[in-house]
Amino acid sequence: MEKRNIRLFSRDIAIQAFKDSFVKLNPALLVKNPVIFIVGIGALLTTIVVFGDIYSGNFSNFNFQITLWLWFTILFANFAEAVAEGRGKAQADSLRKSRILTKARKLLNNKEEFVLATDLRKGDIVICDTGDIIPADGDVIEGIASVDESAITGESAPVIRESGGDRCAVTGGTKVISDRIIIKVTSEPGFTFLDRIIAMVEGAKRQKTPNEIALIILLSGLTIIFLLVVVSLPAYFGYSLKASGISASHNLTLPVLISLLVCLIPTTIGGLLSAIGISGMDRLLRKNVIATSGRAIEAAGDTDVLLLDKTGTITLGNRMAIEFLPAEGISVEQLADAAQLASLADETPEGRSVVVLAKEQFNIRAREMQTLDTVFIPFTAQTSMSGIDLKNQDGQIRRIRKGSAAAIRKFIENNDGFFPENVGEIVSVISRLGATPLVVAENNQVLGVIHLKDIVKGGIKQRFAQLRLMGIRTIMITGDNFQTAAAIAAEAGVDDFLAEAKPEDKLQRIREEQANGHLVGMIGDGTNDAPALAQADVGLAMNTGTQAAREAGNMVDLDSNPTKLIEVVETGKQLLMTRGALTTFSIANDVAKYFAIIPAIAILLYTTPSGVSPLNALNIMKLTSPESAILSAVIFNALIIVALIPLALKGVKYRPISANRVLALNILIYGFGGILIPFIGIKLIDMLLVSINMI
Amino acid sequence: MNEAIQLILFLGLLAVLSPLLGKFMAKVFMGEKHMMKPVLGWLEKLVYRLSGIKSVEEMNWKTYLYAVLLFNLFGFVFLFVLQMLQSYLPLNTEKLPNVSWHLSFNTAMSFTTNTNWQSYSGENTLSYLVQMLGLTVQNFVSAATGIAVVLALIRGLTRKTTDALGNFWTDMTRGVLYVLLPLSILLTIALVSQGAVQTFSHYVKATTLQGPEQVIPLGPAASQIAIKQLGTNGGGFFNANSAHPFENPTPFSNFLELFSIIIISAGLVFTFGHYMKSKRQARAIFITMFALFALGLAISLWAEYGHNNMLNVSGSMEGKEARFGVMNSVLWSVTTTVTSNGSVNAMHDSLSPISGMIAMFNLMLGEIIFGGVGSGLYGIIIFIILTVFIAGLMVGRTPEYLGKKIEAFEMKMTILAVLAPAIVIKIFSAIACSVPAGLSSLNNAGPHGLSEILYAFSSAAGNNGSAFGGLNANTVFYNLMIGFGMLIGRFGIIVPVMAIAGSMAEKKITPVSSGTFRTDNWLFVMLLIGVILIVGGLTFFPALALGPIVEHFLMNLGIGF
Repeated sequence: MEKRNIRLFSRDIAIQAFKDSFVKLNPALLVKNPVIFIVGIGALLTTIVVFGDIYSGNFSNFNFQITLWLWFTILFANFAEAVAEGRGKAQADSLRKSRILTKARKLLNNKEEFVLATDLRKGDIVICDTGDIIPADGDVIEGIASVDESAITGESAPVIRESGGDRCAVTGGTKVISDRIIIKVTSEPGFTFLDRIIAMVEGAKRQKTPNEIALIILLSGLTIIFLLVVVSLPAYFGYSLKASGISASHNLTLPVLISLLVCLIPTTIGGLLSAIGISGMDRLLRKNVIATSGRAIEAAGDTDVLLLDKTGTITLGNRMAIEFLPAEGISVEQLADAAQLASLADETPEGRSVVVLAKEQFNIRAREMQTLDTVFIPFTAQTSMSGIDLKNQDGQIRRIRKGSAAAIRKFIENNDGFFPENVGEIVSVISRLGATPLVVAENNQVLGVIHLKDIVKGGIKQRFAQLRLMGIRTIMITGDNFQTAAAIAAEAGVDDFLAEAKPEDKLQRIREEQANGHLVGMIGDGTNDAPALAQADVGLAMNTGTQAAREAGNMVDLDSNPTKLIEVVETGKQLLMTRGALTTFSIANDVAKYFAIIPAIAILLYTTPSGVSPLNALNIMKLTSPESAILSAVIFNALIIVALIPLALKGVKYRPISANRVLALNILIYGFGGILIPFIGIKLIDMLLVSINMI
Repeated sequence: MNEAIQLILFLGLLAVLSPLLGKFMAKVFMGEKHMMKPVLGWLEKLVYRLSGIKSVEEMNWKTYLYAVLLFNLFGFVFLFVLQMLQSYLPLNTEKLPNVSWHLSFNTAMSFTTNTNWQSYSGENTLSYLVQMLGLTVQNFVSAATGIAVVLALIRGLTRKTTDALGNFWTDMTRGVLYVLLPLSILLTIALVSQGAVQTFSHYVKATTLQGPEQVIPLGPAASQIAIKQLGTNGGGFFNANSAHPFENPTPFSNFLELFSIIIISAGLVFTFGHYMKSKRQARAIFITMFALFALGLAISLWAEYGHNNMLNVSGSMEGKEARFGVMNSVLWSVTTTVTSNGSVNAMHDSLSPISGMIAMFNLMLGEIIFGGVGSGLYGIIIFIILTVFIAGLMVGRTPEYLGKKIEAFEMKMTILAVLAPAIVIKIFSAIACSVPAGLSSLNNAGPHGLSEILYAFSSAAGNNGSAFGGLNANTVFYNLMIGFGMLIGRFGIIVPVMAIAGSMAEKKITPVSSGTFRTDNWLFVMLLIGVILIVGGLTFFPALALGPIVEHFLMNLGIGF
């Protein structure tokens, strides 16, 4: 998915974001972010003061610089949001390219007519032939075709779409590359899957998520508290001036009060909050997952139970032959040879693995069998076996079969043979291991057993261990019987499993977990997964799945890779962590700002006859002058927003360790760091300001 | 040496006895068997029968809150009227006149809100009837109100998917009957044995050695003192409060009174633990409170024992009772301000700037370090919610406390609860130091005058009741401002706390896993302390800088006010 990797600051995005930062100064837009809106009011007031100064001929360099930096603070916050949105837009544009105006072949009363794709309504029937772009989302109602979905997924390998079953959904904008299908449109114009993805990615429909709302309430509350601090300060100050015998005209000026306010209110997190939210979606998209709401990503971070399908997620999806176990009196080579013959026409991965194993172990080469004397017996659900009939040199027919123990027993007994006891034992041993025994027979004689094993994906056990450390329980869902399921569960290291699971069982299990206070994430693709996907807190639907499944889930995985659920959870956690880290950092910053501003504003108060200002003892940074101190704090406050944009966009580094250790680490970095860094930063800015004579 | 032993004994007993009391209270309020039931069980039943209370019927948060507010409104009106009419009522041995409307308002507000701010001096203003039927009764029920509210919150936090938070009348009855009454009786007996007065006699007239006649006020003091300490009320029978020899005769009585201030608030933390079925959670809260308490105490002791450049002494005895000495005075000043008690055995006005600041900062934090009976615990839970919300996100989950998700509604209520006292302290003080009516009451100049005003409103907002005595508070301006300050400081927190209790009760409980943000370990204790100090500090630092902090630096430069 290289093509979706848009650099953090590409030139185009930066230029667009720069322009947008000014557009976003519009008060109607600004008011959505209470913290930054307050800064806006402050900047406006100081601007008025500066013009007043000019008008009365007392231009104050200090007031002018403060005003400038207050405006910068807002622009920087706007820039952060604009960059995040810009990155989303860039993604959307690449998607939009596939939404060219296509003509559709609409079928009406068995007559074809050409209409514009945008005129198609829900329920219309359209025909697509090789080379046609599918005009709208729909379900295939007739035919089978291979479809190139790279416009959406970026995956160039075509996928099969056919009527009936779980692979009937097609997406508008994708291209039929072979065969002909008839599609029933399932979406209204403007509401297609692609439209919704684009809207989502652009953040146009972005609504604030529950946690974001709660955080905004906290930030607004803190803002009000600091507003109280600043509003009440002139009264205390007036009292102190009088007590020091200084004229009341020396009371704090508006620009100083506003500077103090802006430094104290949580502008850092306030300015970066929406960028964090947007980039959370963006990071998911980079992983080719589309969330239908920001709420879903938050829920992903909270998920503590994952329902994982065995096939594809935990195991490689196909069982592999790993061993030949001959019956008494039969050599291994003989068994391997027969097994390979029986599997030659078997195109299933299991069949191919038998051929490969025979070749690897005994160097038995696959033979060309397309002769008149050979008849392949395909697998049917009725017989539960497959195999081959072939004539040998004597003209006798060799009837080789492989299949389940029960099926082969029936086959042997029908041929007046008997099923040897030791083969029965081998079969039950393999079953107990959680693997599948495949019995091979020739005519009336059982030759032995092929050990077919579910191959657990490499590294999955470590992955589950990490999840456990993060407090996430994994439950394996499988249609296998209890014994098989238990063995694989043990090997993969999942916490629990659900054997012989039907779709209803999945739904039931989700409800149970939720009743116990858990948040459940799951993956599904089939129509019968839809209820469970809808019930789960995080329902990740496969893009290859049915329309019903895609509608029911709150996320879609374009790659249809079941392991993705784990990455989704990690992204959710990362999003929440970033928010928490920057909030902590923002609040911790205030300590240093106080030590810069309080001694600065109190310089006149209670000065001793010898000229010592008592509160200058709090000037532990030894800032040069009151003006440089206040200006340095304001500048630091503005610059830190810019400095943290990359962190907001990329997210706090995610580590698969326990909550306690994550917390300790983050507190160390963002809590203590948040206290220390501004002391250093403000001091450096102060030194710089003085050295270039700005103040 | 002797003082060190007393200090260690105090802290040691606190750590040992509060879990025991907490367990007892848990049994009382959960309706289980306990040792007082055989003794007073009949009385509980009688109360229910007489008042027609259905004690098992549980209330939702709105009904519960309504009962709290109605009960307190009734208490306020009763006390207000009682003072206005005291000259017509019996047990007025000294023929004291009716109390002015604004002082009645202030005092009625003060005692219903568990503040016990006293703009009056008891012996010159209030009859025995008002002291007993009015003040002492409020001392009991205002403390029980605090307990009831925190019980509702505890139930909200520990129950799941319900709207039932218990029955206010039952909690109130049990709190008074099984907890406050028995402990008060025990303490009264102990204090009387030490020489505290308990009588209905007339004031005694005595002729001093120098010749002039002196009136020695008496009264049923010991019983009121017991509950004023136990219920974190603090309103003294006599003006000098626990510095008065009839209120606090001996070092032993001093120790008992001191210990009584803090024990119920500390015990309730462990009651919470029993409801949570987690001693670890309770211990984390206790340790947080204990650490903040010890920190304040250490700084205060350092400041008081330290060298005073102006007076050129160390361990200044100005404003302290010679019977108790520096350590016991400082221990009392810290204990009475971390809890919302407000009784004093030394004059806070005379504390060194730094230990005066510690006392004031304790008030400003909202009385959450042990705090008022009940109110301290719900106050610190507000800070816990704040901490969990700010830092909890950093583990990558939406914040939760005790398995309950903290969402927009809870955040809104938390902010309201934090804002209410901050508005009183910041805005009311700002008004007072800007208008002549506020400034004319000041006895001290310079930063100390500002400290007096700040202290008064912090005391009101924190429902503490202690004062920097230099401020003449019995004026229409201060009686009304402080009266409303106490009202906002009390119910501006109780209402959002009850709302949080209600919404938390309805939530599910997420089971604990290694992905959970833990609230029962050292890391959390440090985090909570950090948030309390930083949020509290950030809010009040500028005001403190212009008051006690500048005063401290000036003192070091040899300038005083």
